[in-house]
Amino acid sequence: MANSKSAYSFAGKKQKPDTHIIVVWVDNEAGVLARVVGLFSGRGYNIESLAVAEVDQKQNISRITIVTTGTPQVVDQIKLQLKKLVPVHKVADFKREDKNVIFKEMALFKFVANNGKLNKAFEACKNFNPVILDQTNKSNVIQITALRREIDTMSKNLKKFGLVSVSRTGAVAMTRGSEIFK
Amino acid sequence: MPKLYSGAEIVFKCLEDQNVSHIFGYPGGAVLPIYDELKNFNSIKHILVRHEQGAGHAAEGYARSTGKPGVLLVTSGPGATNAVTALTDAYMDSVPLVCITGQVPTHLIGTDAFQECDTTGITRPCTKHNWLVKDINDLAKIMHKAFEVATTGRPGPVLVDIPKDIQFQKANYKNYKNNKISNGKSHDNYSQKNIDDLINLIQKAKKPIFYTGGGVINSGTKASELLRELVYSTGFPITSTLQGLGSFPADDNQFLGMLGMHGTYEANNAMYSCDLMINVGARFDDRITGKIDEFSPKSKKVHIDIDPSSINKNVKVDLAIVGDIKSVLTSTLKTFKKSKNNFSKSNKHQISNWWEQIQKWRSKRSLDYIGSEETIKPQYAIERLYELTKDKDTYITTEVGQHQMWAAQHYKFNKPNRWMTSGGLGTMGYGLPAAVGVQIAHPKKLVIDIAGEASVLMTMQEMSTAVQYNLPIKIFILNNEYMGMVRQWQELLHDKNYSESYTAALPDFVKMAEAYGCVGIRAKTPEELDDKIIEMLNTDRPVIFDCLVDKQENCFPMIPSGKPHNQMLLGPKDQKEKKITGKGRTLV
Repeated sequence: MANSKSAYSFAGKKQKPDTHIIVVWVDNEAGVLARVVGLFSGRGYNIESLAVAEVDQKQNISRITIVTTGTPQVVDQIKLQLKKLVPVHKVADFKREDKNVIFKEMALFKFVANNGKLNKAFEACKNFNPVILDQTNKSNVIQITALRREIDTMSKNLKKFGLVSVSRTGAVAMTRGSEIFK
Repeated sequence: MPKLYSGAEIVFKCLEDQNVSHIFGYPGGAVLPIYDELKNFNSIKHILVRHEQGAGHAAEGYARSTGKPGVLLVTSGPGATNAVTALTDAYMDSVPLVCITGQVPTHLIGTDAFQECDTTGITRPCTKHNWLVKDINDLAKIMHKAFEVATTGRPGPVLVDIPKDIQFQKANYKNYKNNKISNGKSHDNYSQKNIDDLINLIQKAKKPIFYTGGGVINSGTKASELLRELVYSTGFPITSTLQGLGSFPADDNQFLGMLGMHGTYEANNAMYSCDLMINVGARFDDRITGKIDEFSPKSKKVHIDIDPSSINKNVKVDLAIVGDIKSVLTSTLKTFKKSKNNFSKSNKHQISNWWEQIQKWRSKRSLDYIGSEETIKPQYAIERLYELTKDKDTYITTEVGQHQMWAAQHYKFNKPNRWMTSGGLGTMGYGLPAAVGVQIAHPKKLVIDIAGEASVLMTMQEMSTAVQYNLPIKIFILNNEYMGMVRQWQELLHDKNYSESYTAALPDFVKMAEAYGCVGIRAKTPEELDDKIIEMLNTDRPVIFDCLVDKQENCFPMIPSGKPHNQMLLGPKDQKEKKITGKGRTLV
């Protein structure tokens, strides 16, 4: 039939979406990541990247860093919904543009090429703290740390130097200065 | 050396310490050790249901009518998955439930064992929290935490999944003391400044309205008393959501009736035109707001809610007060009395135009319907039911559909906790098992499930439960042979293409009642209706009342969803003038 779009109400005025980095401190227990990620998927929020690891072994606290995009209303909801989860201790939210916060991602690049190209590849990475983790006469593995977009660009540009494999982490975040997020 | 208890014993020890008197459940392989202990705990009565969904809804009915958490006990696999609908229902309507599920032994988890399912995985999105108990030494702590999470803050369901081997293992049990230290997620979080701001707004308002919801009921009977006090002392009009009915007396002049999709003309127009909206424990659900962009465009909005994530979720508000309704209303009244004694008198003039306007809307008499002498109009049936039961302290549950809306419109609730209905999830089949739960909690009271014939068939098997425990519940079926609400939408929005909404081959409900060992009564004409209802009320056994009603009747007034509040469809007369346009039809 003609007008069969089924919806409950027309979507209202859309606000402008922004990229936010949400940091969540949680009890490191079974299923906690599923709770956090399930909340995002269940409510239709985006996850651009995700990084999670235990940061306090004594108190069993893990720190989850999630990069997400959403309108201010959605980002508020994300924070409030996260805070309602029982194993969640605190939630921080930073805008990607925030100058007071450091964001970093790590990437591992594997190059297979002749020595000349391998050297050029290392040279090209030099702004991003390159470390050679493995080297043979026809390949190497370089670790860099950079912002997401920088790594995007690098993975594109390095193709010509024999880049064959990329592995990268999600973003992690830390505030600048002496203050810590409470 | 202290006595060691088995996991199964610890479960009951915990239930005892939480003052649980009734659990609803169904046995099965993975909970047998727990069922084996049942006989040793006399203070806990087990109600055997006929389907785990029924256990869940019965526990919901129990919880909603008492304010205490409802407890259900089911087995692994299908036991758990059958309970999922009830858990989701409780989650949407903020009902405190504790669901205990059995699980296959720890060493078999993950092997696709018989009756294994990922219970905590499946129920993660429909519980406030859930636990898989992996160590017997954690069991007691988890059980008590489960009760705490279910009942604090915005209430909701929780689930504890206990593998069978854990039920056999032994551990210490220390008696539980409720130390009331919550996990920091249920605190009142408002300041005196918030209250002062609210009072300031109340003072200035010329067209105010209270919009109250299930939060008032969940906050306890005291909250309803405080609400009444505040509404009376301000002289403001008040409307309520489906879940909030009963927190304010429905027959009071200040009450405008229910609002929302099938709310009254005066309530919805007042919501649209007000300059101050005070939302007390409601959540701006889409059935309430209609089209968000045009929802009450000119008002200042205040939102009082215990759940911070409810604030600004659907509708942006000007003043948010996060806290328990009881506590917020207490502070408000205290401040209010200090500064504005006799406010309602001095304020009368300021809002007199508003009341005049409301009276004009009221004079439309939007709940009116065209009566009939031949067929029973469903509205008439509810009205008669109300008139004949209003002097008793009656508890009403419903299924979902037209009958539910008619019950909400025409049955007048004057007390909280008397109205149990599935609002958020809209679960057909909720009412009958819920009535079982309500009757268990209130054995001497009159409990009626206002039902539709389609809904009630979804959980009909629980009649057997009612008969087993001598629960004199009354199943009052408005039988129009259609899934009435579906038929209504199809009539109004899908060119009367009644696709699959007619139930051919309905059972004979009177014979069915007899087969279950209860009483069947049928009413066919308006003339005999009263006598039959009285016969039902005088029967001290479960009754299925088959009330044959007008098959074409629609539920009005109605806001086609996606429309603003001031564009309602009134009864059949009005409908001709305001035909639903193509825009409205996309919104069912």
